[in-house]
Amino acid sequence: MKRHLISAADLTRDDAVLILDTAEEMARVADRPIKKLPTLRGRTVVNLFFEDSTRTRISFEAAAKRLSADVINFSAKGSSVSKGESLKDTALTLEAMGADAVVIRHHASGAPYRLANSGWIDGAVVNAGDGTHEHPTQALLDAFTVRRRLVGRDAGLGRDLEGRRITVVGDILHSRVARSNVLLLNTLGAHVTLVAPPTLVPVGVENWPCEVSYDLDAVLPKSDAVMMLRVQSERMNAAFFPTEREYSRRYGLDGDRMARMPEHAVVMHPGPMNRGMEITAEVADSDRCTVVEQVANGVSIRMAVLYLLLGGAEPAVTTASARTEETK
Amino acid sequence: MSKILIRGAQVLGGESQDVLIDGETIAAVGTGLSAEGAQVVEAAGQILLPGLVDLHTHLREPGREDSETVLTGTRAAAVGGFTAVHAMANTFPVADTAGVVEQVYRLGRESGYCDVQPVGAVTVGLEGKQLAELGAMHDSAAGVKVFSDDGKCVDDAVIMRRALEYVKAFDGVVAQHAQEPRLTEGAQMNEGVVSAELGLGGWPAVAEESIIARDVLLAAHVGSRLHICHLSTAGSVELVRWAKSKGWDVTAEVTPHHLLLTDELVRTYDPVYKVNPPLRTQADVLALREALADGTIDCVATDHAPHPHEDKDCEWGAAAMGMVGLETALSVVQETMVETGLLDWAGVADRMSFRPAVIGRLAGHGRPVAAGEPANLTLVDPAYRGAVDPAGFASRSRNTPYRGRELPGRVTHTFLRGRATVLDGKLA
Repeated sequence: MKRHLISAADLTRDDAVLILDTAEEMARVADRPIKKLPTLRGRTVVNLFFEDSTRTRISFEAAAKRLSADVINFSAKGSSVSKGESLKDTALTLEAMGADAVVIRHHASGAPYRLANSGWIDGAVVNAGDGTHEHPTQALLDAFTVRRRLVGRDAGLGRDLEGRRITVVGDILHSRVARSNVLLLNTLGAHVTLVAPPTLVPVGVENWPCEVSYDLDAVLPKSDAVMMLRVQSERMNAAFFPTEREYSRRYGLDGDRMARMPEHAVVMHPGPMNRGMEITAEVADSDRCTVVEQVANGVSIRMAVLYLLLGGAEPAVTTASARTEETK
Repeated sequence: MSKILIRGAQVLGGESQDVLIDGETIAAVGTGLSAEGAQVVEAAGQILLPGLVDLHTHLREPGREDSETVLTGTRAAAVGGFTAVHAMANTFPVADTAGVVEQVYRLGRESGYCDVQPVGAVTVGLEGKQLAELGAMHDSAAGVKVFSDDGKCVDDAVIMRRALEYVKAFDGVVAQHAQEPRLTEGAQMNEGVVSAELGLGGWPAVAEESIIARDVLLAAHVGSRLHICHLSTAGSVELVRWAKSKGWDVTAEVTPHHLLLTDELVRTYDPVYKVNPPLRTQADVLALREALADGTIDCVATDHAPHPHEDKDCEWGAAAMGMVGLETALSVVQETMVETGLLDWAGVADRMSFRPAVIGRLAGHGRPVAAGEPANLTLVDPAYRGAVDPAGFASRSRNTPYRGRELPGRVTHTFLRGRATVLDGKLA
């Protein structure tokens, strides 16, 4: 694996499967009475968040803490960043404090890439979402969720998503989740179809390793998983679609539409959901919807990523479980 | 030191000849000219061009002297072989009054490295709402002929029409920064395959082309002269070709960077490649080269846009747009046009000196290398190859996209009215 995780394209098929398998091991830790491993003791992980995202930040925070890392949360609001400090100076400060890994969420596409490649810091950089570019750990947790549901928790180990049909619906143009998912799911052998009104599909999408459709109803029966993306209401003012109701009618997932999906197919959402917009309450609360699982899986995936980027050659869980055995 | 003999230079790339400068003018051009009483510049193997003229330079003074001043900018121009530059109006305060253009003009005269012809803003404060006092700027000591809101587009069709009409009274020209503002809100790079992948806001070609289409029609309707700044797309080339085929008085420029670089470089997220209009695709680059070769595009203009280091040493979205270009322009043109066989050196003289001087109605520049003409001359060693090292720039800023890139050609001497501003590659 590379030293940083900036884009889902950084991962080979074997890298990605390794992360998913490691995350399964991490998930077992969560089932124990003491949800903690000593693996990253003495290492410092900085959560550098230039954008509000409580969910992603606490997910990374929980992951780092379960691995016994020291966690520093650096939020741009109310910090020197809001007083005009540059990304570079913030990075130099973190470097001086000895950050081993920086988890960065930034409103500008490419900010994590710059952080990793400008010589400002030595630590590993993990992209926790940059602008409208990528969100690779979200794609990993989505792939993890799909593999568990469609292949099986134990049966999935060592396996990819060969031949699975995954549909991503919504604001593709502005979605970092969609970009990372298209790349990662393709790497894992899945067939990805994007569904959106043409206004929310980027010019240049023809080079992406996926299909594009404007017709949700036609795609649903051929989907093993349907991933609904959040549609922000401010898009409406920019004439991407006429009204929220029209969007909802044409591209929202309701009970009737869900019934057209194959029986085994699952509904996913990266959260937070706009109930009544892209997804109805009936679908969101159904047992085919994996939203809550995705949150739990996110912690396991982020543990796996931090462990693999920082942990070195030592096995994370096997050592720890051996130790647990010894102390019994 | 009133006489200088340039010995054995290939004038406009042609036969080897001697050129004798006496005072401010060229006294003689021929073979075996006497060196008596003259300082001799041995120029065997070098190309002698008329001093280069830039229609599009940002000198940043007044207001942003941290990135460039008229003095440092004209020194950079001299190093690049330029003897005249047009200073764009987007300064602080904006060059929208006779007072500001006269100040810039005077600073240029004082620098002595290169003539500075101020460009006047089309509208007050570049706001696109009210015409600036174009006549007053023309009538001032600066004698403004070129008007531009560069950096911003004159997007209101009525204001553009009026400006085109109004400047006819004094043979002026409006130089349009063609960028439809609504189509480029939040634009960060060329809209296409790469922007889709990088998740950066797209700057679509149509935002440039739609304005050009409108403006050539407006210029035709009111019978005015129109110049289009930094043409960057293959579609724009088609529109200008069509306008010229109609006999309309439309001219266009292309920057060196649009002749060489593409949006693939944005994959590095290094803001040194962030520029407006953005770097386009390889197909656009090839179309621009063809158009410059066949004369559809009239001239090369640098759009030299200095920025301090901190405005580029940051994330892409926060970075300023623009590249310095004066000191590398001729090398890039040699690389992209001469070494590809698209232009000979006479063609380079045409596109980088004669034609920009005509478009800018600039007296004393862009003249033939002939007896009796002003001695504004540039001597180039075309055999030189070297990596670009911004640390050695005369410009105050270092935001070049060519750092470390090997480029051909080097300006060895620049003469401004008979006085060497650059001697043996060094500022005189």
